[in-house]
Amino acid sequence: MTVIHERESNPAAGDADRPIGYGRIQRKEDPRFVRGKGHYLDDIVLPGMLHGAVLRAPVAHARLVSIDTTNALAHPKVHAVITGKDLEGLKLAWAPTLSADVQAVLVTDKVRFQGQEVAFVVAEDRYAARDALELIDVEYDVLPPLVDARRALDADAPLIRDEMEGRTDNRIFDWEMGDAAETDAVFAGADVVVSQEMVYPRVHPAPMETCGAVADFDPVDGKLTLYETTQAPHAHRTLFAIVAGIPEHKIRIVSPDIGGGFGNKVGIYPGYILAVVGSIVTGRPVKWMEDRSENLMSTSFARDYIMQGEIAATKDGKILALRTNVLADHGAFNATAQPTKNPAGFFSIFTGSYDLQAAHCKVTGVYTNKAPGGVAYACSFRVTEAVYLVERMVDVLARKLEMDPAELRLKNFIKPEQFPYANKTGWVYDSGNYEAAMRRSMELAGYEELRREQQEKRAKGELMGIGLSFFTEVVGAGPRKHFDIVGLGMADGAELRVHPTGKAVVRLSVQSQGQGHETTFAQIVAEELGIPPENIDVVHGDTDQTPFGLGTYGSRSTPVSGGAVALVARKVREKAKLIAAAMLETRPEDLEWEKGRWFVKGDPTAGKTIEDIAMAAHGTLTLPEGVDGNLDAEVTYDPPNLTFPFGAYICVVDVDPGTGRVLVRRFIAVDDCGTRINPMIIEGQVHGGLTDGVGMALMEIIEFDADGNNLGGSFMDYLIPTAMEVPDWETGFTVTPSPHHPIGAKGIGESATVGSPPAIVNAVVDALAPFGVTHMDMPCTPARVWAAMQGRATPPI
Amino acid sequence: MQIPAPFDYVRATTVEDALELLARHGPESRIIAGGHSLLPMMKLRLSRPEWLIDINDLFELDFILRDGEDLRIGALTRHTTLLESDEVHRLFPIVRDAELVIADPVVRNRGTIGGSLCQADPAEDLSTVCAVLGAIAVVRGPGGERTLSMHDFHRGPYQTAVGPDELLCEVRLPIRARSASAYEKVERRVGDWAVGAAGASVTLAEDGSIADAAVGLTALGLDHTVEEAAGLLRGKRPSEELFADAGRLAAEACDPVADQRGPVDYKRHLADELTRRVLRRACARAAGHPDQPATPTQEG
Repeated sequence: MTVIHERESNPAAGDADRPIGYGRIQRKEDPRFVRGKGHYLDDIVLPGMLHGAVLRAPVAHARLVSIDTTNALAHPKVHAVITGKDLEGLKLAWAPTLSADVQAVLVTDKVRFQGQEVAFVVAEDRYAARDALELIDVEYDVLPPLVDARRALDADAPLIRDEMEGRTDNRIFDWEMGDAAETDAVFAGADVVVSQEMVYPRVHPAPMETCGAVADFDPVDGKLTLYETTQAPHAHRTLFAIVAGIPEHKIRIVSPDIGGGFGNKVGIYPGYILAVVGSIVTGRPVKWMEDRSENLMSTSFARDYIMQGEIAATKDGKILALRTNVLADHGAFNATAQPTKNPAGFFSIFTGSYDLQAAHCKVTGVYTNKAPGGVAYACSFRVTEAVYLVERMVDVLARKLEMDPAELRLKNFIKPEQFPYANKTGWVYDSGNYEAAMRRSMELAGYEELRREQQEKRAKGELMGIGLSFFTEVVGAGPRKHFDIVGLGMADGAELRVHPTGKAVVRLSVQSQGQGHETTFAQIVAEELGIPPENIDVVHGDTDQTPFGLGTYGSRSTPVSGGAVALVARKVREKAKLIAAAMLETRPEDLEWEKGRWFVKGDPTAGKTIEDIAMAAHGTLTLPEGVDGNLDAEVTYDPPNLTFPFGAYICVVDVDPGTGRVLVRRFIAVDDCGTRINPMIIEGQVHGGLTDGVGMALMEIIEFDADGNNLGGSFMDYLIPTAMEVPDWETGFTVTPSPHHPIGAKGIGESATVGSPPAIVNAVVDALAPFGVTHMDMPCTPARVWAAMQGRATPPI
Repeated sequence: MQIPAPFDYVRATTVEDALELLARHGPESRIIAGGHSLLPMMKLRLSRPEWLIDINDLFELDFILRDGEDLRIGALTRHTTLLESDEVHRLFPIVRDAELVIADPVVRNRGTIGGSLCQADPAEDLSTVCAVLGAIAVVRGPGGERTLSMHDFHRGPYQTAVGPDELLCEVRLPIRARSASAYEKVERRVGDWAVGAAGASVTLAEDGSIADAAVGLTALGLDHTVEEAAGLLRGKRPSEELFADAGRLAAEACDPVADQRGPVDYKRHLADELTRRVLRRACARAAGHPDQPATPTQEG
């Protein structure tokens, strides 16, 4: 197993002192970002490029009566106006989603959510395109909207998907995991049963860069080059081939620098397809770049789960079973980006970090008049919702039993010797040492001292809360036999070429949205081959240049592509061994590896460095039988299991009793993501996720009024946290490598987003304990906290 | 990128020039200073002026000047300038209290006091600040200069007495001895519009009783000051009971509306709670006591 060796960054250190392999090195991509030299989608300018703009529906539910584009077409700078009728002729009015549903590209029959795409204008410049939108006359026949998911299955609820033959209600799916009968039996015999309804409101990933595309269809050779803000370029290429009927070898998807994805950039949005249609129709490149309101109102939202949780325990605090019923609002089209067999994503990990006797969950997905989406915002395929449920339920139980929530958790953790641990819903947790992480976080926090301080403050009428959360993540999907997206197995490829002078290029199927792939993956190669990271170029985001693979989401880049990169480097190392043996005129089995060179066992001076070997591989050396004249390799990595990162979080809040304002005073995050490749990048990922957590816990929500109007359509209304709302993060770590992963790494991208909201809400509820509050739903805004203090806590939806 | 409807743009060189441009381009022209209210509205195409008259070159309107018993503040004075001015802080501590919670540094570097007052957003803080300080607005138009009390200047949400051919040029704050002031706002997040805020100004008599007082509310459905509270406070000695009574009157006087920031009962509660807090702080300051840290203790 990998030796963990973290070297602190030392800016004054020379090349020789910098880690070759894992360690705290500065990100290779940052010089271009900090100098303003990143190249994002909106930086792309092609000769003759036109600009597209989308006309969006002003109402949530309405029959489309007519569209008149005459005046828009008369605008001197307008080249084309495309409507749903035009797309029907091309069989492109509807496109398949990532969840076996279809989604309207442009409205043909009726509008199903406010902000839905109605028409597309292609004009000389973006100003003219926007102006021309106002020249399109659309007549709507407004229908009553369905906004409240709790009403979606009522007999008199408006039918959203009346275009689907035979459909009579708004139910998308019912999905169950675990054993209902076994769970009911354990509940029936339990000393203590507590239940709690909790809402994880609809939120939005709100990446700094909104979504966009530049489509460049060459009418001569029939090749489409599509620049897109996508986290999954290869999957998009295949889907475009299927949707648009363009042969796959005639499609090149390029994902340039991406300004944040968080799952928002996994799906194929109508705007991307419209840019392609616009380019085909006009014969010129077409750029479409949505604005902030379009991004917030029409692209993939996250969460929107109404969860009824129940927990059963003995009276001395042994947790026996969990069960939950979930109502999942998927919006107007089921367009969640998740593995085919998992309609509720990985929600069935809701058993958390505890050794249970039984568990059962049932999730019902429904249509409403809201934007589609549902798996986004760094949620690890609904693990956010699952962790929130179990970690709130454990706190609700702790209150009922009058036990310290830390003690209750420690009492129920899966023990280190129980791994690999099969939970009650079919997951096999790879490795863990939960108690060690928990105790580390309590030590960093000074937990006992905090509880003493809380007692003193309560005596003075001050409201201080301490909240805990212990999460188990499940990331790194595949294995491909279990996990696919629209039939594409969730494996990832890597290609490595070592050039004659010993410099290298590694090509990935995953695409960075800011996670530091150009550094992390270079470090993995460096660790395996001893080539310094700065001598390794990482190529990604271009389907013409990289091997096939499913892309970056669900914290899968390091667990899946990281495995691929480690294995491809080892393949090169083995090939280097054969070549080195030829160079040293010895047998391969007589050679021993140390980082960067093969040498003769027992004679360390007789060796060849990877640079020597690379030159020889491309040179005139007589190569052994079956060895090609290069130092290249490729692999596709199909992980044998998922990985299960975990962490222990402690949050300290102060609540102003007069106003309900919540101040997050401290936040201690101990993460275990297995082998740590670049601790600085890991900490950056954790800081970002914790900030997300403060946003969701305290302020973020996409609300709708009774008419279906989206009330979160701008950053004036949809609040995301700033540096002023977050404390100095206190991070720590433990290291429990994954036993099945080539380098023992588990993934870190979403851990903090998954793990932090329950810690913050638990802290707020703890602060409000003197008022008898046992639960309140997010977001914990001043008004909602004050209402809870008055005994009037209400769900946000 | 959100793109406004087409418009024309001109930069004024002097106040006279700005007034001439306003006269020439008529009611479909708008003055732009910091632009932090107008430009977002234009990008959403909710506001569609035909002409923007840019007054950012009118340095003659960017000043803070002590003039006898008045502090004169030019309409183009940026929020940051007000925030950083020690003289303003010494005379009117409410200004720094408010400026610290107005938007963020980027907005404060551009936004102006004149723009804030003329926008008259119901959640705008400086309208309350100026109201409780008894400010006088100096407005120029084709007919010359006129001065208005804040009561006359502020005509309700998004409405002021400034005519389409007029320009707010200056705000005058009367300086009073043994006086102090304070402001407190509750917002969901830094930079968000206020859920509710309160401001207070008090003048103490020699014997320590309250000679004069004003209480104002922001975003709580009350355009001017809480006259009932002022009446109650005058002549009384500061005490927790008195502040609580004033808070109650403020809660009764306000008329908030429910929105995403909170329901009516919460906002009414804030009128009460924040009125007590700002009176407590203003009285302590007027008596020469240093500020206590904002107490998260149970009160009332």
